[in-house]
Parts: sequence; structure tokens; C-alpha cells
Amino acid sequence: MLEPLVARSLTGFIRLLTGSRVFWSGRLAPGRRVYYGNHSSHGDFVLIWSALPPTLRAQARPVAAAEYWRRGALRRYLIGRVFKGVLVERDGAQRTEDPIAQMAAAIEAGDALILFPEGTRNPGEGVLPFKSGLYRLAARCTGLELVPVWLENLNRVMPKGRLIPLPLLCTARFGAPFGLEEGEDKQQFLERARRALLALAPENA
Amino acid sequence: MMSHMSSHAQAVLLFLGIGVVLLIATLVGRVLAHRAPPGKRATIDNLNARVNAWWVMAALVGAAFVFGKPGVLVLFFLVSLLALREFITLLPTRSGDYWALVAAFYLVLPIQYVLVGIAWYGMFAIFIPVYAFLLLPILAASGGDTTGFLERAAKVQWGLMISVFCISHVPALLTLNIPNYEHRQLLLIAFLVIVVQSSDVLQYVWGKLCGRRPIAPVLSPSKTWEGFIGGVASASLLGGLLWWITPFSFFGALGMALVINLMGFLGGLVMSAIKRDRGIKDWGHMIEGHGGVLDRLDSVCFAAPVFFHLTRYFWA
Repeated sequence: MLEPLVARSLTGFIRLLTGSRVFWSGRLAPGRRVYYGNHSSHGDFVLIWSALPPTLRAQARPVAAAEYWRRGALRRYLIGRVFKGVLVERDGAQRTEDPIAQMAAAIEAGDALILFPEGTRNPGEGVLPFKSGLYRLAARCTGLELVPVWLENLNRVMPKGRLIPLPLLCTARFGAPFGLEEGEDKQQFLERARRALLALAPENA
Repeated sequence: MMSHMSSHAQAVLLFLGIGVVLLIATLVGRVLAHRAPPGKRATIDNLNARVNAWWVMAALVGAAFVFGKPGVLVLFFLVSLLALREFITLLPTRSGDYWALVAAFYLVLPIQYVLVGIAWYGMFAIFIPVYAFLLLPILAASGGDTTGFLERAAKVQWGLMISVFCISHVPALLTLNIPNYEHRQLLLIAFLVIVVQSSDVLQYVWGKLCGRRPIAPVLSPSKTWEGFIGGVASASLLGGLLWWITPFSFFGALGMALVINLMGFLGGLVMSAIKRDRGIKDWGHMIEGHGGVLDRLDSVCFAAPVFFHLTRYFWA
């Protein structure tokens, strides 16, 4: 009941705070898709989420770290009810559910995912090597579209470990969708995905 | 005599005049757009986008004037905030600058406007040049990162000086006590803004009409001697003709407008030197046809403190 209102005010707040500009490399229709971006702060998925037009936003669900988002009632409310996130356990030794199966289930149910394949927030410049989840997901869900999204400046708005966001301008650049090609192995695919993301970065990054 | 009119009537007259000028510009723009061949629309589309943005800006200033001093303070506080964010966004800082930036946005900026609001001249005139100048590098040093330290500290200080200190001298005009000019200081703001902005427009128009010799080819290739002289001369004359809304005589207003226009022009060159160094054309994208807030206000930044102090020394 309240959730659309909370979602709308969060979108509005993040847009106002970051003055976010969005660049598209073409029109996207709703579909089986993963938006993946560079990860530098907990606000990352909200920026991608709020940059999406309403029809795409309605079906987009962020993939988020369970150990962070299950702590505290507010976080649980936001991720569960407002963003409808897919919570995955990052610690392979202790987890009870397979993250790939969880994500694949969401895709099969017709949702789109927002994912950060670096696996952890990157405090520096550039992009860390990707975890293999992106490949395993693409191999499991045939016809899955991948859309790279480069987020610029968000690490300055909300640096790792800080509480007060700075009101700097951010940019989200959406690249062209692509998919897993026949015969492509894990290493080739991850490297291609990583380069597609880096290609969206401005030259000085 | 016009100088005997009430300040309210003068303000209404002034905004009516601005409205008429914008209306003519809008009509001309529409006619040009209607007549232009499809391939040659770009310049005219940009012109129309600019005129539309002028309407919005005139409406914002008008609305702020309706609310008087609080309205003007809030308007320029927001302008400073947007300008500072454009400035800091385009001049990369490092994570060690975090606390200095938090202080710049959440302490220095609001405090400066409070000081202007309570008309504490002795403090708002030195707060950023002295206290912020000393505090921010201390905070930056506490970040423990020495890479490019002086450059980073200078960037933050420059951002504050240009976008907060300089711009806050526009509402600071309201704090001046000018004999026989009580309760009319809003018109002084109108004078400054109209002269600066018309100078920008007239320089552009003169430059397009007869600009040939570049005046600063490295800094700003589109600026010409013809545009500079024609624009500054005609905008200064316009300022002189607006003497009736100021405490100045005709020649006083003419001289003030000349100083404003020269500072504005040179300020524009300085700001484009910074932009060129960063390899960008515009500071931001907020205003369609104009770029960012700083692109529209670079000349105000440099003109406002000088106009404020000259008025204070000689008339207040």
C-alpha cells in the first residue's frame, strides 16, 4: 500500500541528490534481462533502478547481499517490500540456497535483475574482475539479455563506509544489450562483459 | 519623473519590460523556426531553447522578488548549491577530501547564507576567504592522503569562492544601507542581473552579426573583438538607461554597468580556461540551451563582489 509511495520518494530523492543523467544506447522493451554495473556503493542499484523508465522499473529486481540487507527492520522492509530484491548469501560455505538458482527462478518468473558482478564494492577506479555468476546465469537461462550500465561518480557521492552522501552529479550510461554466444567459454564471456562495461566509461576513468 | 515612482511600481514596470523583450524574442524565434529549412534548424532550436530558459529564469527571479529578502536568499542559496555541485563534480577530488566536502556543502554553504541573511558584513566578507580557507585543508589533511594535496585543497576552495562566496554577494546587496534608497535594494539586484545577462546576450548577437577577429582564440574561440566591444558598449548603455531603478546618476549607472560588463567578460574567460583544461564545453546540463548553472552565471560570479563593494564604498 505504502510501498509505491516510498519507492517514488526514494527515486525522487536520489534523482535530486545526484541530479542523475541517463544515457541510453537504444530503446529497451520489457524482457528477460540482467542490468549489470560497476559497484562502488550501496546506493548503486537504486540509481540504476530509478534511471529505468517505469515499465522497466516495475519488473526490475536488485540482487543484494543477504548479510547486509537482513540486518535491521528498515533494510528488510526496503529490500523486501519496496525494491523486491533477490537476497543472496555470499558466503559459499554457509549458504543454504544456491544464488544462481534463486536468480534463475526470478528470471523464469519474468523479472529483470540488477546485478553487480564485481561481487564487492570497489573503492578504487576501473572495474574488478567479474565473479562467475553472470556466466552461470546466462548459461542457465537461454536467450537472456545482458545490459551493461556504467555508473559515474556515485563512489564520490556515497564513499564506502561513509554515512553522509555528497550532492554531486551522477551519470548512468546504459550500453547495448548482448547475450552469451554459442561456444563461448566462461573466461571469454566474462571478459567480454567486463569490456562492454568499461567501454561506457569516460576516457579519464 | 520615473525616479519618483514607488519601488513597487518600478519593479512592476521593469518586469513588464523584461516580459515584452522575451515575448518579442519568443515570437522572432517561432517565426525563424517556421521559416528555416530543415537542415539549418540547429542554431534556431538552440536560440529558442535559450529564450524558453530565460522565461523560466525571469519567472524564478520574479517569484523570489515577490517573497522579498527571504525569497532572494533561498533562490541564491539554491543557485550556489547547484553551482558548487557542478564545480566539484567536474574537478575530481579523492576520497581523502570527503570531510572537507561534507563541510563545504553542509556547513560553509548554509552558514554563508545565514551570515548574509543577518547582514553581518564583517563576517560574511571574510568567512570563506579566512575561516573556510583554513578549516578545509585541515579536514583534508586529516584524510591522510597527500597525492595532489595542494591541488585538491585549491579546487575545493575555488569551488566555494566562485559558487558560494561570489554568488552570495548578489543577495548581499540587500544588506546595503544606501541613503534615500531604503527598501529598494531588490532593484539593485535586478540591475546587476539584467546588465550581466543582457551583456552576455548582446555579445553573442554582436559576435554573430559582425564578429571577425578572435579576442582570446585559446580560451574561447567563439568570442570576438567585435562581439566584446559591441556587447559591452550596448549593455553598458542599457545599464545607464536603467539609472532610474538605482541610487546612481545616469553616468554613475553607466560606469557601474561598464565595470560589471568588463568583470563579467573576463570572468567568462577565466571559467572557460578551467573548462578547457578539463576538456569540457559546459559545466552542466541543467538548463536546456545554456548548459549548467555555472555556464549562465560565470559572469555574475565575477561581477557581483566588485559591484557590491563599489556600491558600498561610494554610495552606502
